[in-house]
Amino acid sequence: MPRRQKDLVLLQSIFRPTSSSCSRQSSSREFSVLSRPPPNYPGHVPLTFIERSALAVGSAVTSLLNPRRADMIAALGEATAQPFFITKLRNRMLASPTGRRILRDRPRITSKTMSLEHLRKLPENSVGRTYAAWLDREGVSPDTRDWVRYIDNEEEAYVMQRYRECHDFYHALTGLPIFVEGEIGLKAFEFANTGLPMTALSLVAIVKLKPQERQRMFNTYLPWAFSNGLGSVDLINIYWEEELETDVNDLRARLGIEPPPDLRETRQKLREAQKRASKDKTT
Amino acid sequence: MTTKAIACGRTAWRSLHYFAKRKKCQPIVYRCFWCSIRQSQKTEERIGDGRITHFGFETISEAQKEKKVGAVFSSVASSYDTMNDLMSLGIHRIWKDHFVRSLNPGSTSGKGWNILDVAGGTGDIAFRMLDHATQVNGDHSTKVTIADINPDMLAEGKKRALASKYADTGRLHFVLGNAESMPSMPSDSVDLYTVAFGIRNFTNKDAALREAFRVLRPGGVFACLEFSHVNSTLFNAVYKRWSFGAIPLIGQLVAGDRDSYQYLVESIERFPAQEEFRAMIGDAGFLVPGLGYENLSGGIASIHRGIKPL
Repeated sequence: MPRRQKDLVLLQSIFRPTSSSCSRQSSSREFSVLSRPPPNYPGHVPLTFIERSALAVGSAVTSLLNPRRADMIAALGEATAQPFFITKLRNRMLASPTGRRILRDRPRITSKTMSLEHLRKLPENSVGRTYAAWLDREGVSPDTRDWVRYIDNEEEAYVMQRYRECHDFYHALTGLPIFVEGEIGLKAFEFANTGLPMTALSLVAIVKLKPQERQRMFNTYLPWAFSNGLGSVDLINIYWEEELETDVNDLRARLGIEPPPDLRETRQKLREAQKRASKDKTT
Repeated sequence: MTTKAIACGRTAWRSLHYFAKRKKCQPIVYRCFWCSIRQSQKTEERIGDGRITHFGFETISEAQKEKKVGAVFSSVASSYDTMNDLMSLGIHRIWKDHFVRSLNPGSTSGKGWNILDVAGGTGDIAFRMLDHATQVNGDHSTKVTIADINPDMLAEGKKRALASKYADTGRLHFVLGNAESMPSMPSDSVDLYTVAFGIRNFTNKDAALREAFRVLRPGGVFACLEFSHVNSTLFNAVYKRWSFGAIPLIGQLVAGDRDSYQYLVESIERFPAQEEFRAMIGDAGFLVPGLGYENLSGGIASIHRGIKPL
């Protein structure tokens, strides 16, 4: 390449971001939708303030109207976690030795990394076996989690992804089922434990519960969620991959968590009692 | 009009309840101008002799484009109308009505028209054509063939055809095919060739224009309704910000799919401007009388017309 062209290329690389520096963190300068900065990780979409607010409001409304839209709940989490809450969560991870190891190793929970066949063979009452049994009971798989796209800092994006993937472990630990009532109970627990705004906003879904369910929520599950969530250690710092063979009750004791009354059983008993009552009425 | 609005509102409401599809993570796409230029230069070196084209702001090989566009439309097929309504605030209906009315399909005497609607999967234009021919011109023999490359869009169209009054009349046919090469359509057989909001997705627009020239009979009309470039600078600034900011967001909220709508707005950006596209139509052999295009809504959409010489 002639010398003059080499100089031009050098000048260009100084005045415009090169592809290698594109992978550094985007500057927090103002940008518009027409000229987004380069992504910080695969799938990253840098959003402007207005876009992020609109996404927060839109996803809140959509997920309230249809709680089965898991992608909307995920988007709400990402849109509201910045700039303060996700940074706080990441700092709590950095403050713990296990948290630091997780941030260094960056383990992911997918059906490939968590082989369900292996988990089912683990001893009874182990964390891994409880997790696999819970997945089978509820009919879900670890692959249903969306990838984080709207969090700008790459490490914070991993923290969000980790929180999302561990959600099923929290279900297994507490025994709460996947229907709306169980999810709300778990979100209250997560709010007390992680402080992410999305978990608090999800509690608005209480207005959609039936009166009896709402009663149960206020009398039993919310008090349980807040006392246990605040009292236990940060769940984000648990290295689940290393705890698979621990006895689940030992883990609960270590974390300071008491499981709440089994929601599925409670509802089933109530349904049976209602059926019996209506049968008695007709006969 | 009000019942239509209610039906439209109801579908929007219903679509908020659809269970969203899980989207896989896309590879890195640089969206800032300089990075996308640099990446496209790198891609050119990688692909070497293979022909390249654009997919929105990405640069990919031609072979990949068809597959990627296919994935976009399979993903949007079921919520296509709701999305169109939300993106254009319902104005796309007015554009399509005007498009069909200005073509005035159907003859008041004798033989009906043979119309080919390409990339017309869900049948928006086809149904309007049949309605206009039947009701305005009293023509019950005009028939429309809908061709689309995407089986999901075509299936959606067939579903609607069954529910319409043209279900068993033999006036509506569906063909799975690529506009760039349709060997099943004989040459000089079509009176009117229409393509509405489809041609910007074609891998090779010139090949599609040449194929349109082939199937049209001498004197036949080529009509294309497509997004185009806005003439006013101020309006364009607002319009672009709506396109790149609001539309992918609406796609994400309603359809659970940000990436397909990001592709759609990028493909609009990449489509040639009015004069350039008019020249491409002329190059394919068509006669383009007068200005050759009609801007709608300040240039957001444009109707291009050409006639195959006798």
